[in-house]
This record gives sequence, C-alpha cells and structure tokens, in this order.
Amino acid sequence: MNKKTLAFPYIFWAAAFIVIPLCMVLYYGVTDKTGAFTLENIVTMATAEHSKALLLSIELSLASTVICFLLAYPLAMMLTGMNVSTHSFIVLIFILPMWMNFLLRTLAWQTLLEKTGVINSILGFLHLPPLELINTPGAIILGMVYNFLPFMVLPLYNALAKIDKNVINAARDLGADSVQTFFRVTLPLSLPGIISGVTMVFIPALTTFVISTLLGGSKILLIGNVIEQEFTQTGNWHLGSGLSIVLMIFILVNMVAEAAFDKEGDGASL
Amino acid sequence: MSKLIDLQNITKAFDSNIVLDDMSLYIRENEFLTLLGPSGCGKTTTLRIIGGFESPDKGRVVFDGTDITAWPPNKRQLNTVFQKYALFPHMDIGENIAFGLRIKNKPKNYIQDKIKYALKLVNLDGYEKRMPDSLSGGQQQRIAIARAIVNEPKVLLLDEPLGALDLKLRQDMQYELIRLKNELGITFIYVTHDQEEALTMSDTIVVMNQGYIQQIGTPEMIYNEPENAFVADFIGDSNILDGIMIRDELVEILGARFACVDKGFGEHKPVDVVIRPEDVELTVPGSGTLQGVVSHVIFKGVHYEMEVMACGFEWLVQSTRMFPVGTQVGLSVDPFNIQIMNKPASEDEEAIGVNE
Repeated sequence: MNKKTLAFPYIFWAAAFIVIPLCMVLYYGVTDKTGAFTLENIVTMATAEHSKALLLSIELSLASTVICFLLAYPLAMMLTGMNVSTHSFIVLIFILPMWMNFLLRTLAWQTLLEKTGVINSILGFLHLPPLELINTPGAIILGMVYNFLPFMVLPLYNALAKIDKNVINAARDLGADSVQTFFRVTLPLSLPGIISGVTMVFIPALTTFVISTLLGGSKILLIGNVIEQEFTQTGNWHLGSGLSIVLMIFILVNMVAEAAFDKEGDGASL
Repeated sequence: MSKLIDLQNITKAFDSNIVLDDMSLYIRENEFLTLLGPSGCGKTTTLRIIGGFESPDKGRVVFDGTDITAWPPNKRQLNTVFQKYALFPHMDIGENIAFGLRIKNKPKNYIQDKIKYALKLVNLDGYEKRMPDSLSGGQQQRIAIARAIVNEPKVLLLDEPLGALDLKLRQDMQYELIRLKNELGITFIYVTHDQEEALTMSDTIVVMNQGYIQQIGTPEMIYNEPENAFVADFIGDSNILDGIMIRDELVEILGARFACVDKGFGEHKPVDVVIRPEDVELTVPGSGTLQGVVSHVIFKGVHYEMEVMACGFEWLVQSTRMFPVGTQVGLSVDPFNIQIMNKPASEDEEAIGVNE
C-alpha cells in the first residue's frame, strides 16, 4: 500500500462532487433543450441585460475588494506589531462573527437597513429624516465588505508577519524614512498576501447572489442572481450553465493573470 | 584619535529585565572596536542603541559632538550589517546595493560606479543581476557589507555578521573584514560572542557581561591581563584558582608558593589566580612546584590538551609533548605567567562577574 492509496477517498469525492457536476455544467452549457450542440447559451452573455448584470457585479465586487483592502492592510500591519496576547484577542473579535451563519449575518444587516429597520428607527427617534439604505448598491457593497473582510485580513497578516523585521530595519538604516520603507519594502514584500486576499474577496463577491438578494431586493440584479434565476425560476438549466461557463472563464483568466504576478507562488491562486 | 561616538550613562530595560545598567563607553575614529560577551550580556542592545533601533531609557548617545539619542536610524551617519544579512529578497544584488543611494537621489552614473566599486571590494564582480536567494551565506554577507559601505558611513556596525557561516569561511571573512577596514579607513563596531574573532580583528575589545562592561583593552591586554575571573574564563581557556598573596611577588596556591611579578595586593590577602593552560609546564616527577598525575589526554591538532590532577585541583594543560594517562608529573609556572586578580569586593560584584 503506498501513499497514493490514501488519496482514494478524496479522489472519489472530487470525482462525484466536482468533476462530474462540472462536466454536466459544460454539457448543459453547450446544448439546447433537444440536446443539440449550440453556443447560444454562451453568447447570450453579450446581450444588454446580461452584460449589464455582469458589469454591475464586477463594479460592486471591485469596490468591495478595494474597501476591504484599505480596511484590512492597516489592521494587518497593526497586528504584526502587537504582542501575542493582544493580537490573538483582536483576531478573535475579528473571527467571532464568522462563527455565525453567513445567511443569518446578512439577514441581520437587512433588519438594520430596512425602511422601518433599526437605523431608521433611531433616526426617527432623533427626529431626523429616514435614509434610503436597503436595496441600494451601497447596501450590497456593505454586505460584501462585512462578510468577506476576514478573508482579506488573514492572508495580509500572514504575508506581513513573514517579513523579516531586520529587512525593515535595514531599509531604515540605509536612509529610508517610514513612508519610503513602506512603499519600497513592506508593500512589495506583502504582494503574495495582497494577491491571495484580493482573490479571496473578489471571487466570492463576484459570484454572490445571497447578498444581492437580501440587501439589493429584486431591483438590483447581479450576474449571480441571473444565473440563480435561470436554474430556480425559469428552469432553463442550459442558459444558466452557459452563463456560468462564461463567469468561470472570466475568473480563471483573472487568476492566471494574478499567478503571473505572484512570483513566490504561495498565494491562493492556482 | 578623538571620540567619535560617546555613550553616556546608558540604561536600558525590557519590561523589568535590565539589559544595560548605567553604561558609558566611547569609540574613537578609525577604531575596530568589538563588543564581546555571552548571549544576553547587552552587546547587541548596545549596537542597536547606536544604530537607532532602540532608544535608551536613560543616558545619551553623542556622535561627533552632536546628541543623536532621539534621531531615527535613517538620519544617522552609520550603517549596519545585520546578523542574518537582511538583504531585500525582492530586489537583485544591484538594486540591493543601490537602495541607500537611490533614497538619497544620487545620479544614475554615480550609482552604477558605486555598485561596481562595492562588488569589486567584496570580490563579487558581475553579481549585479543575481537574486539574493541564489547566493551562499558568505556571499550574501559580503553583499550586505557592500550595501552598507556604498553609503560612505563614518561608522559600520556589524551584528555577529559571521555567526551563520562555517568555520573556514568565517576565518577567511575575518581577514577580509580587516582588509576592508584598512581600505575604507572608517570605524567598525563589531558584536560577537566568539572570543577568537574578537582577538583576531579588534583594536579594542570591550568584554561585557549581564549589562556591565567587565574590561576594555587591546586584545593582548584582555588575554594576558584579564581584570577579573569572568574575563579570564571567557577569553580562552584558563585555570582559575583561589590564592593567597603572601607578599609582593609571592603567591600561595593549593598550599604551594609560586613566585610571581604582581605587587600591591597587600599581605596575606585572598586573590583569584589565573594561569593559562599553555603556560603550565610539565616536567619529570620530583621537580616543579606541584606534583600531579595525568588524568585525561586529548589530541587537538596543534597541541595535546591534558588534565592533570594535582593537590585536589584539575589543571588544564596544553603542551606539544604528550604525557600518557597515569604519568606522574611535576608542574611549574613561570612567574610572569601568573596573573593575580582581586577577589570580587561584594556579592553583587560577583553576580556580574563569574556567573553565566
């Protein structure tokens, strides 16, 4: 018995739940209801309705990725400078919400942001005009940032913690002030973490349909919602699969491009 | 030679652990000064305070007449060679060396010339385009030195730079460093726990232990005239014995009287006596001041190292002549090879002395 045998359970798992479904998506994507080959389902992405959803998805997930990065980087830098006990406490606070169900957390935001929700009730109590919070792109971005921020912090923290303190000291020693040291040494050395973090936020944000359903109402359709509706409401698996393929190819191209940047190769990309 | 760096009454504690206690030390221009001591003696902290990576709790750092205690590292006219090289892993060798010069916005030609010059100086011509992780430890260390000296610092700080290298390379690098120091004509402050390194390279050695300076002197002074038992024990091998100074130039050790050359210790006063193992002479039984039996012999290459039991004390003896285990021998020591030291005056002083 060699070590390869130990991989059999996983290989079975992967075949049953990853490879076969993927093949099915591919099959459905390139056939029509009669089973004949067609590229119709894929080309449909180019229609105004679908490409608008895709573009909006890209816009919102890009925005939330940037916000996550701007929030997470200073935090991760702060964490690396802390002693272990304070640092684990902050990481705990950070991870705590993740112990709750993703759906519950997003529903909680819905309650907060609703027209008659908690925030507007407080505003009303203070005799301030109510705000249009729910069912806006802003609410969706908020939901994405809230749910995916930890996935940005942890890889950034890991990358920053790996940087040798003496390399930073060496930069200071050679005359660089703290800003120069940051841009010439710290930032480039944390690049693998940045790439992992961006990938881990951008991709789930791009494909989400739960956040946009709960916080965007039916007004704002992301590509995830479009695909979901093809499967669950219209019942057109062929079109849903076709659009999924386009989305997968888009993500794949992105990850390959990122991998090219990621010289050290220890990011989350392929 | 004038004082280039003057450390005045430096105290530094990490939490409640006092690392340096009211230490004062000055470093002259063009000196090769070594801070030598066991780990935890405060030598690296001293270097980091000079470099600006730690600030002292009390005391001042004066550089060339200016108080620089509060200056950040990038404002100080000195450069550091770090223990594990600390090259920038994302830059090639040329970019590493150019880092300090680019920060100072030097012209391109000047930077190119400097890179060439520095690589030549450390015998690594043509390595500009290599990445740091493709170099051996010794090469990386030389690049770290090159990266520091292109900035023309007045002082180069070296934090155990040879610690990670193997023995042969370490010896080669010692000569290399002496050559560099002479060619550049700048001050080197060197931190090490390796006494041989310190003896080989330094103009001045500062022996430190537990936050206190034990002795400052030339390598010869430190080796031949250790001021206390700690220094004697730390620098080279030695036999440290309790003795009683009978009168000037006569000391009693293990019940036998030895002629020596030290004066002024008073009469019938307890003292510490240091005798280097190479200074103990073995002769035929009956002659010599003490009688003993050889209990261990080890061949060390240059000499034999023997342990000789005499009068209840195990003497460490080095000699090119071998006496087999069990041989009866006589021991004698030349008067000028006996080093007399005052016993520590108080228990407190003892605590900063021999304990390791």
